[in-house]
Amino acid sequence: MTDVPAGGGSTNTASATPEQLAWDSRARRMVTIYLPLACFVIILLFPFYWMAITAFKPDSELYDYKHYNPFLVSSPTLQHIKHLLFETAYPRWLTTTMGISLAATVVSLFASVLAAYAIQRLRFRGSQYVGLAIYLAYLVPPSILFIPLATTVYQLGLFDTPFALILTYPTFLVPFCTWLLIGYFKSIPYELEECALIDGATRLQILRRITLPLAIPGLISAGIFSFTLSWNEFIYALAFIQSSEKKTVPVAILTELVSGDVYQWGALMAGSLLGSLPVAIFYSFFVDYYVSSLTGAVKE
Amino acid sequence: MTVATMTDWTRVRPQPSWLARLFDHKPFLVFACLLPACGLLLVFLTYPLGLGIWLAFTDTKIGRTGEWIGFENFEYLMTDPQFWSAVFFSVFYTAVATFGKFGLGLWLALLLNNHLPFKSLLRAIILLPWIVPTVLSAIAFWWIYDPQFSILSYLAVDVLHLRTKYFDFLSTTWPARWSLVAANIWRGIPFVAISLLAGLQTISPSLYEAALLDGSTAWQRFRYITFPLLLPILAIVMTFSIIFTFTDFQLVYAITRGGPINSTHLMATLAFQRGISGGELGEGSAIAVSMIPFLIFATLFSYFALARRKWQQGEAND
Repeated sequence: MTDVPAGGGSTNTASATPEQLAWDSRARRMVTIYLPLACFVIILLFPFYWMAITAFKPDSELYDYKHYNPFLVSSPTLQHIKHLLFETAYPRWLTTTMGISLAATVVSLFASVLAAYAIQRLRFRGSQYVGLAIYLAYLVPPSILFIPLATTVYQLGLFDTPFALILTYPTFLVPFCTWLLIGYFKSIPYELEECALIDGATRLQILRRITLPLAIPGLISAGIFSFTLSWNEFIYALAFIQSSEKKTVPVAILTELVSGDVYQWGALMAGSLLGSLPVAIFYSFFVDYYVSSLTGAVKE
Repeated sequence: MTVATMTDWTRVRPQPSWLARLFDHKPFLVFACLLPACGLLLVFLTYPLGLGIWLAFTDTKIGRTGEWIGFENFEYLMTDPQFWSAVFFSVFYTAVATFGKFGLGLWLALLLNNHLPFKSLLRAIILLPWIVPTVLSAIAFWWIYDPQFSILSYLAVDVLHLRTKYFDFLSTTWPARWSLVAANIWRGIPFVAISLLAGLQTISPSLYEAALLDGSTAWQRFRYITFPLLLPILAIVMTFSIIFTFTDFQLVYAITRGGPINSTHLMATLAFQRGISGGELGEGSAIAVSMIPFLIFATLFSYFALARRKWQQGEAND
């Protein structure tokens, strides 16, 4: 996909050679590689394990480390999940989040496909400056925008509606997707388009029939990235949405489930677990796209 | 009428409809293609950015348009110890977390660059903290940092008998700050490791072979081959990491909400507290705008790192 020419196509060989180079014993390899690696994996995964196990513990076990081993669950229960699904607006929050993420993804994909095509393929005067400007837009973090955006959203009459989020999420999705797609379009031979031009295709036909089908891996990468980023977004959703039933999952868990001084850790953890699952499942299907787009975007 | 029949008569080939011809006209096509992206970005990014800077010089409150008051917001912030505490903690948080993320991330990337079984599975597992919504993993950290039922305290006190008292993670200033930094490092390691791994894999193995034949030590190979060749990617990833750590909001808001006694506010959370919760939009914007110089500094850092990369490549070609 987006190969770096400087490496001279060494990506495949690099992973195989270190073993030949390292003339060290098995024991040493164990201590220098596998042991630290195991520590990393345990530390990186522990919070998820802890989240999952808390979500299935009954309250009596949850707060009693003397009689029960806290790392295990002796009588798993679904009471927290049941509470979440039937006694709170959690299903509503899930569907809202899903809808907003999908809509924001579609809007940003549409905008960034056209923009990337114009910048990379139509080659007008100053196209590289437009590309640079879009890249710079990615460096503007939401934290400095949310206050003025809140007033803008209010002026437009979108405050406390899903459209407030669907239209503002593209501010960080479009730069990223455009950037990623420019890289993909670059890898498609220009000759294909020239042939189509000679055959009398219009530019839009070329985009629809030739460039887009060839850029499908790039579109999938951009799509899943946009979906994940929209699902994870927090600060805009916190600032622009007020009514409880319109909140997205991350905001709702933090503002609706946390009430008073006594936290219901079981329900909180069940909520976090369920809120993470959609992206985690999505992720597990498209792992390779994630890795390639992440590394592709960085290398670009 | 006569003109229309004239043109109809001169036309030999059937022409595509005017719409199709319009979309084949290059200047119009460029305009039409750029319109959605640029329109969205102009309305929801550039305009708010300008509006934010203007708001910082007014005394706008929620529900009341403000008046121009010059530098009054900034003058007030200069004398506000809470603002300076937020600036200090933002810089401290960014510096320590970046250092930790890159140290550990580079180590993890070097480990993953070895020949390992189940490599792609391992890579998938390692990216997980980065995929899961930050707020949700932050809530898990909040539970891990619980004063009474913290699993870390349980491990240290009841299992390993290292301490006699439970950890007090979040109720005093410095432990709370270090706890937040630790959570941020945990979340940042995967991104750094996977990006740097991509960089490591582009380094040609023949360089290591040559160095090995010359009798180099492992440290020398890292210092004189891996590190210099990794530097361009390191610079880009670090710029992004610095920008998004400095303007971080979610972790702090989820775990401490700026407490205890406002000591763990980052500039972003302070801006939220004053601007949205407190309703002082002008003052909140002033805090947010104060972040811009730091961000420009980070972006320039990236620019010069990129320039340096081009210069290096040019030298290699000569």
